[in-house]
Amino acid sequence: MTFLHDMRFRAYFYQVVAVGFVVLVGWTMFATASGNLAKQNIATGFDFLTRPAGFVITEAAIAFEATDTIGRAILVGIANTVKVSLLAAFFGTVLGLAVGIARMSRNPLLARLALVYVELLRNVPLLLYLFLWYSLIILILPPVKQALNLLPGVYLSNSGLVVPAAFVESGGYALLACLLGGAAAAFLIRVAATRKRVATGRSNHGGLIALGVLLAPVLLLWLVNGFSVNWDFPTAGKFRLTGGLHVRPEFVALLFGLALSVSANVAEIVRAGIQAVNKGQWEASAALGLARGKTMRLVVLPQALRIIIPPLTNTYLTVFKNSSLAIAIGYPDLVMVSNTVMNQTGQAIETIAIFMGVYLALSITISLVMNWYNAHVALKER
Amino acid sequence: MKQALLSICAAALGLTMAGQASAASTLETVKARGKLVCGVSLATPGFAAPDDKGRMQGFDADICRSIAAAVFGDGDKVEFVPTNINTRFQALQSGEIDVLSRQTTHTFSRDASLGLDFGPTVFYDGQGLMVPKSLGVSSAKELTEAAICTLPGTTTAQNISDFFRAINGKFELVVFESPDENRAAFYSGRCEAITSDRSDLASIRAVANNPADYIVLPETISKEPLAPAFRQNDSQWGDIVSWSVWLLMAAEEKGITQANVDEKLKSEDPDVQRMLGATEELGKMLGLDNKWGYNVIKSVGNYGEVFERNVGEGTKLGLTRGPNALWNAGGMIYSPPIR
Amino acid sequence: MADVQMLALAPPQPAPTAQRLGKFSAYFGTPGNTIVSLLSIAGILFIAKLAFGWLVIDAVFSGAGEACKVASGACWPFVAQKLRYMVFGFYPYEEQWRPLLALLLLFGACGVSMVPRFWSRNLLLAWIVVILPVLYILMAGGVFGLTPVPTTSWGGLPLSFLLSFIGLTLAMPLGIVLALARASNLPAIRVLAVGFIEIVRGVPLISILFMATVMLPLFMPDGVTIDKLVRAQVAIILFASAYIAEIVRGGLQDVPAGQHEAGKSLGLHYWQVMRKIVLPQALKKVIPPMVGLFIGFFQDTTLVTIVGLVDFLDTVRSAIRDPEWQGIAVLEGYLVAAAVYFTFSALMGAYSRFLENHFRTTHA
Repeated sequence: MTFLHDMRFRAYFYQVVAVGFVVLVGWTMFATASGNLAKQNIATGFDFLTRPAGFVITEAAIAFEATDTIGRAILVGIANTVKVSLLAAFFGTVLGLAVGIARMSRNPLLARLALVYVELLRNVPLLLYLFLWYSLIILILPPVKQALNLLPGVYLSNSGLVVPAAFVESGGYALLACLLGGAAAAFLIRVAATRKRVATGRSNHGGLIALGVLLAPVLLLWLVNGFSVNWDFPTAGKFRLTGGLHVRPEFVALLFGLALSVSANVAEIVRAGIQAVNKGQWEASAALGLARGKTMRLVVLPQALRIIIPPLTNTYLTVFKNSSLAIAIGYPDLVMVSNTVMNQTGQAIETIAIFMGVYLALSITISLVMNWYNAHVALKER
Repeated sequence: MKQALLSICAAALGLTMAGQASAASTLETVKARGKLVCGVSLATPGFAAPDDKGRMQGFDADICRSIAAAVFGDGDKVEFVPTNINTRFQALQSGEIDVLSRQTTHTFSRDASLGLDFGPTVFYDGQGLMVPKSLGVSSAKELTEAAICTLPGTTTAQNISDFFRAINGKFELVVFESPDENRAAFYSGRCEAITSDRSDLASIRAVANNPADYIVLPETISKEPLAPAFRQNDSQWGDIVSWSVWLLMAAEEKGITQANVDEKLKSEDPDVQRMLGATEELGKMLGLDNKWGYNVIKSVGNYGEVFERNVGEGTKLGLTRGPNALWNAGGMIYSPPIR
Repeated sequence: MADVQMLALAPPQPAPTAQRLGKFSAYFGTPGNTIVSLLSIAGILFIAKLAFGWLVIDAVFSGAGEACKVASGACWPFVAQKLRYMVFGFYPYEEQWRPLLALLLLFGACGVSMVPRFWSRNLLLAWIVVILPVLYILMAGGVFGLTPVPTTSWGGLPLSFLLSFIGLTLAMPLGIVLALARASNLPAIRVLAVGFIEIVRGVPLISILFMATVMLPLFMPDGVTIDKLVRAQVAIILFASAYIAEIVRGGLQDVPAGQHEAGKSLGLHYWQVMRKIVLPQALKKVIPPMVGLFIGFFQDTTLVTIVGLVDFLDTVRSAIRDPEWQGIAVLEGYLVAAAVYFTFSALMGAYSRFLENHFRTTHA
């Protein structure tokens, strides 16, 4: 039986067994499931996506009516998930950066406070925080009839925050074009100015010029053409405020919870990244006469960034996945909408397959984007 | 030895082999297991909620008990499995529970596409709206532009959307995954109104700090016949569930109660004799003990008693019989003849 | 959520730039520093005053819901009356000594397992063969004269602990196998492992829980049902194993290639090399991040409430919603829950830091 000891044979053998096992399990499950479904006369297939949804989604990032299809309802869920994750990642990063730097403060009191902040957030489940924030919002804030009027047109109540909404009435597209054009031109100028500064070693006014280029087209448009902006002020309706932009408490609680959890992680990542930068870099900058703040900004942070990016990617992936906790407090994200669909159609397998597929696809996209950025900032060996 | 090891492994895994042959009927499975597994809701006072001692109480729970009594002669041979609106149908489809008794509306699409069948309607219900008295609203039509709390994925959310579409009014739907969250949001004023089946509204109102502060609006915007559900293609089991329920109704009609059932055994009325198994062998035809009818009434009482004990006017829910009165008393509760 | 905790577990060291300043000048050395310190002190005092007022001065210490309704402070009678329910859920009242004993046994076993000196393959074996079955029998009953308690009645803190401890213990072997498979040079096996790991890490835990509780039953042959608790547990095990695999992979990569080669040149075959040479070195390195992962999973078990299991967070929430206390004791309930989660997570975090120091000093 020498061939049993043949490495190549054994390699093939193990692989065939493993693949065979997976295929067998998969096939058995598929066969039993389709048998069960057929026998019990449970509907299958994705036809339900084109049926009218029949339910209302109050908080929709893209327009949605009860008469729209279930497929569109799921799209609304995806848009809502992306919206809250992006905002949470943004606010969380800004806040986390501040806390992370506070953690490194020379003032022990401030450093300790930042540590307490991080520990409190990391040692208590996010779901508990979400419940807590939501309960606090709806219990502590007054009902909408006694809404707090913070500023003219700004109302805060346990039904959320209402602010005046701006509508551009005419020339909206021209405005958009000017904004985008200005931004693109400003970006190019900034890049060119930076390159020149690096090449010549002299500072120039690239930043200022770029700012001018950014604003000029819009100003020009305003002077030449003028555009009318309509403000939609909230007014007291029969029960609640109508008009204006409505930020609902479910969204706020979720955004708040997610952003705080991101900030605690970002703070730790930033601290670890900064600490990983060689102490000599600080000393060298100090020897060159750079102030502490400038050293941080120009010398340490760019180097720390390389260490920070991979764990930061993980944090962003995590916040994206954690946005699925929305279901607990009633924000219609992808999981919540899918869940409603699942209850209505009874087609659990298809619905779960859809939302898992979407999460997977978006996770992979985030990873790719962050990997590209990582390669972009990575140390370039010369 | 090997067998014992296997069963220990299965027990450790929580794997339950229901019956030996895969084609075992539900009745055989239930009998072999020695108890009925019944899906109920976890915390709906009046329909299914554990009391202080952890014993499940309520209208839906008593429906489970009546089926258990029909099968085993003992209404307590039930394991109650709390299900939520996500898991209720799947729990039934997969065989995790034998019967679903959870305020579930009998609708066409559920019947046709979910692989299950419904028994007789045990409770004629309709969707209503509840508001705080202080809101000063007396009709649901005045609620345009209001925020309304509800649970997702139920027929409720669709009905309320349809209702406002019909009167061309806008409203804000606030959806909560858990009934607890839904209730708390309504009481804190996050929504002006809460919508659900009227029976459920009564249950929600019953746990308010001050129930008198809330009123249920007069409109009934949908028909909600609540019925127990069981797996499709098992007529014998379907018959057992259905006739256990009908027996409760027939018993009320004949005046048989938990208290007088022993006396009624000696009744001269041939209908009563058949129902309680004193004559003929009706139980055997269902694959049950001949005394099944007696056992059911002995453990839970008749329909009227079940209703009054759990949701009737003497309880916190304070529901009147209304459409759930017997057919000969102006209601719709009507049992086919038991003979 | 799981991978959150494993990031940046480095012990808090003094910032490298923090110069050795005098006690006083650290706080008030420069005008900027003084302002920061004063603001911080003011903030701390403000929060302390609020907390003390709410927890003690305005709090209610006896009575029922009515007394709490008028007071503005904490409602301690709520905690006292509901604590037992919060901890044990719907577990039969007279039998609640069993989950209590199970909890104590679990804590004891953990305490022993936390001492590095006792680490061995036998310890892991003891967990799987002795400790977990004993816990199961205590909870489930049915033998030795213990009344059977169906898993549908399990709840509260024991459920949360069991889900996370059993989850991690059983996920460990699976995760190690997955890591080895991913590092394998057999392409088919590597692809399968990578596929599994990346899929599981790419989706939220809640979706896997949904799959296990709602979808899986449809995949079972007729007449076979799996207990709902077990399904959730399996979901957690699978989820955890993918993350463990990634941590172990990191450990494997840290073992120098020379170790493999040395093993092979001694004539050992693959499994012997792995078991006797590579894994022992790799696993020791990954224990601290593993503890971090555990903190994450302990917190993640709260998600089972969404699929209808009655874990600790769920019992706390239903206690809050009890009609008698409706809307009165929300903050109290959540604070109790947060305190419990915080205590255990912080203990584990401290343990993780201890381990890192331990390794730095003994194995560096």
